[in-house]
Amino acid sequence: MMPAALGLALVAATGAAGQAERVVTPSIFDPVATPAHDIRELAYLVLGICGVIFALVGGLAAYSMIRFRQRPGDEREPPQVYGSNQIELAWTVVPLLIVVVLFLATARYIYGLEGRAPAPGDLQVTIIGNQWWWEIRYPELGIVTANELHVPVSDPARPSPVFLTLQSVDVIHSFWLPQLAGKMDVIPGKTNRMWIDPQRPGLYVGQCAEYCGTQHAGMLLRVVVHSRDEFARWVSEQRAPARDDPATQAGRALFTSLACINCHTVRGTPANGVFGPDLTHLMSRSTIGAGVARNTPDTLRAWVNDPGSIKPGALMPAMRVSHQELEQLTAYLVTLR
Amino acid sequence: MSAATEAERVQISRRSWLDVLHEWVVTVDHKRLGIMYVVAGIAFLVVAGLEASLMRLQLALADNTVVSPEVFNRLFTMHGTTMVFLVGIPIVFGFGNYLVPLMIGARDLAFPRLNAFGFWVFLFGGLLLYLSYLAGDGLYGTGSAPAVGWFAYAPLTSRAFSPGNSTDFWNLAVLVTGFGTIATSVNLCATIVCLRGPGMHLGRMPMFVWTMFVVSALTLMILPPLSAAQAMLLLDRFLGAHFFDTQAGGSAVAWQHFFWFFGHPEVYVLILPGFGFVSEIIPVFSRKVLFGYPMLVAATVAIGFVGMSTWAHHMFAVGLGTALTSAFAASTMLVAIPTGVKIFNWLGTMYGGKIRFATPMLFCAAFLFQFLCAGLTGVMLGVAPFDWQLTDSYFVVAHFHFVLIGGLLFTIFAAVYYWFPKATGRMLSERLGRLHFWLFVIGFNLTFVTMHFLGVQGMPRRIYTYPADRGWETLNFITSLGVPLQILGVAVFALNLIWSLRRGRVAGDDPWDAWTLEWATTSPPPACNFDRLPVTTSRRPLWDLKHPGDPDGPHE
Repeated sequence: MMPAALGLALVAATGAAGQAERVVTPSIFDPVATPAHDIRELAYLVLGICGVIFALVGGLAAYSMIRFRQRPGDEREPPQVYGSNQIELAWTVVPLLIVVVLFLATARYIYGLEGRAPAPGDLQVTIIGNQWWWEIRYPELGIVTANELHVPVSDPARPSPVFLTLQSVDVIHSFWLPQLAGKMDVIPGKTNRMWIDPQRPGLYVGQCAEYCGTQHAGMLLRVVVHSRDEFARWVSEQRAPARDDPATQAGRALFTSLACINCHTVRGTPANGVFGPDLTHLMSRSTIGAGVARNTPDTLRAWVNDPGSIKPGALMPAMRVSHQELEQLTAYLVTLR
Repeated sequence: MSAATEAERVQISRRSWLDVLHEWVVTVDHKRLGIMYVVAGIAFLVVAGLEASLMRLQLALADNTVVSPEVFNRLFTMHGTTMVFLVGIPIVFGFGNYLVPLMIGARDLAFPRLNAFGFWVFLFGGLLLYLSYLAGDGLYGTGSAPAVGWFAYAPLTSRAFSPGNSTDFWNLAVLVTGFGTIATSVNLCATIVCLRGPGMHLGRMPMFVWTMFVVSALTLMILPPLSAAQAMLLLDRFLGAHFFDTQAGGSAVAWQHFFWFFGHPEVYVLILPGFGFVSEIIPVFSRKVLFGYPMLVAATVAIGFVGMSTWAHHMFAVGLGTALTSAFAASTMLVAIPTGVKIFNWLGTMYGGKIRFATPMLFCAAFLFQFLCAGLTGVMLGVAPFDWQLTDSYFVVAHFHFVLIGGLLFTIFAAVYYWFPKATGRMLSERLGRLHFWLFVIGFNLTFVTMHFLGVQGMPRRIYTYPADRGWETLNFITSLGVPLQILGVAVFALNLIWSLRRGRVAGDDPWDAWTLEWATTSPPPACNFDRLPVTTSRRPLWDLKHPGDPDGPHE
């Protein structure tokens, strides 16, 4: 038991040190990839035009309300003006011209953003929406993970976009990473595509943006943008088979004898379920429950015991194992780095 | 109030409350039905407002646990469904019911009994929706409300993902209230086409009647497709059909087309009567004739037509393809033009006038700024790439609450203050009215201006909580701070209604010195509306009476 306990303590310590609370606001005005960047450009144009209109029309309204308010004692009716063809024509045609300009700009950006097709060699990732988590597959690399998308940084001089294929196994979800791109819905029976080319390494957050049931709010997303070397290291780690630590044989045996394997896959073991997230490298992920809690041995233990205590409504059932079994299971899961 | 008049009143109202209740239940009088629509709508407004308040309490702090996710999802489903189907529609059709015959010089609607049918179907449809709280899981269970959102996207509504009967309550309630709305729309169309009084040709109809005409015609075109979709959903849920069953080749996107083909024009169904209220109130309180009446009528009809071709802008993130996305972006921006024309015409009416800021005009003034804001954020949402970021975020929540609260509800308040004297014979208190106005205008803007910023910071809609590390807490807290002010505002409004009904200043026939026909009869009007049907000589028949030396006719 000693090595396992040591491992637990170690992971707990690094978890606490490496993941101090840090505020990451996913503002659409702080883009790090071309789609979000282009959209911000267009947004500035639209905001500028609308701002001027608001100032002019709002100013005229405020002026009329102050200048033409009734003065005390003045009971005579003002002159009646029934209309004016010239003025009315002017305030119909001018907005029409503004709309034409706006539409041309909009169409240009629509075609620019949607027109891009993948080139050979571009990284392809398939995102699969599930109630209430994301499966993330790299078909060419043979990697399956969940809730945390890892991509290499794209050099603006030599762009290397990542193309995403979006599918759903149940209801409609929507894939939204505000700092990288606009939303794209994830619809059962329909395959949608989008692309991102993040240009700054770092952690970016987002979440499901289409109401998809009880835990819609608990369907969070993280994107880790790596340097090229880091990404290569991450890929090789993810492709490795699951660790098989002899010290946690008890937990492993328990895991493969319980219902866990009906829903979860741990590559290299009999566990090959597909309803829940792939756990082969569970501990390489910084969160569990699709981002609702940090991935520490404590939260993991609580999750296995009763997922609803962390994420009410989650579809994984409470495992109802004994205290000792829970410790053994947790000790095993913690080795899946 | 002297003792003698008090005694007289007791003498007159000696009928028991049962007699009074019976009179109201069996009535086919458009005025009584109109009042019942509005009162029922305001009652549902209070319920839906409390649902919203609970949601804001939950969202005031990060990781809050006031309500569970299940309860929260039911709250926003019931809030949205109630506000659209049981508050917005009945209140605007209630005003249409009350005012259209009076404004065109008719004695009642064309089909009075159909009118009563429409009201009762709406009321029981609304009660059916709320019955789900007791019986949603099936009559043997404890039950609860639907949690599929007011838009009820497939396939979340299928048996697999929404077991129990809550979704069926939603489905049937919307279907049933829809029948009531269709009945009332037929009735209003027939009335406006066939029952206009002597001299009231189409070109002389008050703007409010024009908006109700367009709204009724629009409703007849958009509600049947929604009812059809509801029937298809029923078939899916009960008979194993596969219209929206994606596991069996059905289409999730098809539901969205059906729903938004209704859902988007529905916004115009709600806001056009608001424009109608404003087009009646601003001229009277500016003491000027409505500027550019023919253009305003044209703009109203144009909004009706163009509004029916914009629905897929709710679906820009669905992946429509470049051609469709561009087409719907264009039609959406096009709607901004007739809408802008309306704002300009109201400004043209105020310009050079002598504006009296009584409570109805105060609400119209705030409406102008807020609706301008709503229109401009609407244009932003029409810019499809920008919409890919903004859709389903709090920015959209802010936008349509600016349309439906800052726009529609403010005009409804204006309309209640303006026509209450006509319906009851008593004025609402100006002091309470001003208090109501300031509480509501500050509370509303605190809540909904702030939501725009949450949206651009990446906060999605319909989430029951959010993690503290997103940095959204401060703005959410400010958003929730506006809620108590709005609750207080509505409480003052309710107090004003109750107090003024008994103690308000007696209004007389024409307290605002107005120009349309409803002010030519007594307050409240007799059952037959007019002892002798008035003859209309221009768009402002009462102006002509008051200024025989300078009638409107030659200027039109």
